[in-house]
Amino acid sequence: MFYREAGQFKSTYSADMAVFPIWQDRVGIAVILVLAFIGVPLIGNDFFISSVMIPFLVFSLAAIGLNILTGYTGLISLGTAAFMGVGAYAAYKLTTAFPGINIIVLVLVSGLFSAAVGVLFGLPSLRIKGFYLAVATLAAQFFLQWAFVRVPWLFNYNASGAIEVPQRTLFGLPITGASASPETRYFVCLVLVIGLTWFASNLVHGKLGRSWMAVRDMDIAAELMGIKLLNAKLTAFAVSSFYAGVAGAMMIFFWYGGGEAADVFNIRLSFNILFMVIIGGLGSLIGSFFGAAFIASLPTILKFGLPALGVPLSGAAAEHVTFMLVGALIITFLIVEPHGLARLWQIGKQKLRTWPFPY
Amino acid sequence: MVQAPDLLAQTIWEGLVSGVLYALIALGFVLIFKASGVFNFAQGIMVVFAALTLVGLYEKGVPAFLAVILTLGVMFALAVTIERVVLRPLVNQPDIILFMATFGITYFLIGFGEALFGGSPKQMITDQLWLPKGAIDLKLFGGLVSLQKIDIAAAVIASIMIAALAAFFQYTRIGRALRAVADSHKAALSVGISLNQIWVIVWFTAGIVALITGIMWGARSDVSFALEIVALKALPVLILGGFTSIPGAIVGGLIIGIGEKMGEFYWGPLIGGGIESWLAYFIALGFLLFRPQGLFGDKIIERI
Repeated sequence: MFYREAGQFKSTYSADMAVFPIWQDRVGIAVILVLAFIGVPLIGNDFFISSVMIPFLVFSLAAIGLNILTGYTGLISLGTAAFMGVGAYAAYKLTTAFPGINIIVLVLVSGLFSAAVGVLFGLPSLRIKGFYLAVATLAAQFFLQWAFVRVPWLFNYNASGAIEVPQRTLFGLPITGASASPETRYFVCLVLVIGLTWFASNLVHGKLGRSWMAVRDMDIAAELMGIKLLNAKLTAFAVSSFYAGVAGAMMIFFWYGGGEAADVFNIRLSFNILFMVIIGGLGSLIGSFFGAAFIASLPTILKFGLPALGVPLSGAAAEHVTFMLVGALIITFLIVEPHGLARLWQIGKQKLRTWPFPY
Repeated sequence: MVQAPDLLAQTIWEGLVSGVLYALIALGFVLIFKASGVFNFAQGIMVVFAALTLVGLYEKGVPAFLAVILTLGVMFALAVTIERVVLRPLVNQPDIILFMATFGITYFLIGFGEALFGGSPKQMITDQLWLPKGAIDLKLFGGLVSLQKIDIAAAVIASIMIAALAAFFQYTRIGRALRAVADSHKAALSVGISLNQIWVIVWFTAGIVALITGIMWGARSDVSFALEIVALKALPVLILGGFTSIPGAIVGGLIIGIGEKMGEFYWGPLIGGGIESWLAYFIALGFLLFRPQGLFGDKIIERI
């Protein structure tokens, strides 16, 4: 009743192949964008914006990156956090070397460095796949994490051994550093995430995305059809690491602010992003957002939500419950709904389409 | 004046010991992979969980050897639960899905273990289990090498266990059934092998291996969740040795153990130290590029 496509005729191929073919979908996206740009800053307080919304945006971007590699191309990576770290450190090196260039440009450029490193560690994927590749990406994880601590050049020989995020401005407003307000940082993240999501959507719906999916579904058949495995796999690694790198740079510059940089990009973060992709839905961009929202908010919900409902739960216990719940949910999703939350969303829309008559 | 230990021999010995322990963890992986085609990422956490259960039970006042038996019971219950809850609904799914499911098991066991026994490091009950303590000094290559007795015990126990497992796989009826299941779930089912039973057996065996590994690791350092990261070292060992080979796990473990200790000792200081954290992966990675199936692994033949 609310979600009906009757009367919406498509008279061109491009209308038929559109990403959002139904006007309700387009209205829905518009509502979400209005909420994100106007609603959240108006309603949310500083705490909500800086410790819920900004992490959500950063994780969404990282999850999109990993989804391109794992969901669309079928290559498992356990090194996402390391590639995020490459982005963060590259952005730091660039902004200290070229203070005149706008930080947003540098954040995007640092993604290219991450992409280069990603391709380097993706090279073994040409000979190996599956579990073997997962180990290869673990090599990236441990090596890069080591480098962040042990190579002083990366953090400009700071005595603290960590990144110190300098203040950078956009149109006179500080957007990084201690004096940047949560709202401005949120807006910068939001614009970057929306822009890059749009770019990713175009990629996965285009020729490149189709070749990735062909490789994922059956690499030998893809090769027979003339898809170059080398190109497909390495571009997947490059694009995926680019997204991870930008997410990592955003994480340090717009969320954490430096100090913890060396510890943040650990294997736990890699796993968490993999879980976002699994729970959100493999091979789905909107699923990346769902997964990020879910995994990022779960600890907060358990910590603050359950006591509010009258269930006493200490901080440590909440952490244990989070672990158990995440583990159980991954198994549940793999068994019951391998396509994750994104598929549930689709089913929901389908139900709304025929509501109130189920058939 | 005590003579200084001979550094090369001492480094090799320490590499050998950590190699044996890596090999033990890798052995758990190989067992499950060989018998069910599941790449069990949770083996590392099973080691921690087994050791924690043992120490936790002892702290609750259970006599040491009874605690061992009870821990074996817990590992059996775990095997049955994993089979029922995780594996049975996922029969015939792609390998990668089962791999991801073991991530779920890992996270669940981390949370469960910490909730039951607390996250703080614990002391392994070495004395109560009659494990030897102290060190022997040995003259070797003209120098003095200090050997911990517990390390020797670990090596001996590991060798016995490996021999037993190899015999079990090679000569018993169940061992043959396990190999059949590894080749193909469907084919094994169709000739009347009970998949569920096999899975319980093999996960329980991996649980026993995990417990022994946990005792040995715990005796060297504390029992804590930090072991989880150490357990990831078993992955390069597997790559080096081949996923399906028990001798491969041993040889791979020794190569990785000695290689990383030597690397850390001789080259580590040149580039900032701590290279142990990634050297093993690079050894494995370099190896993969010219022999993807590992030293003793089955060559994967791909046909269209």
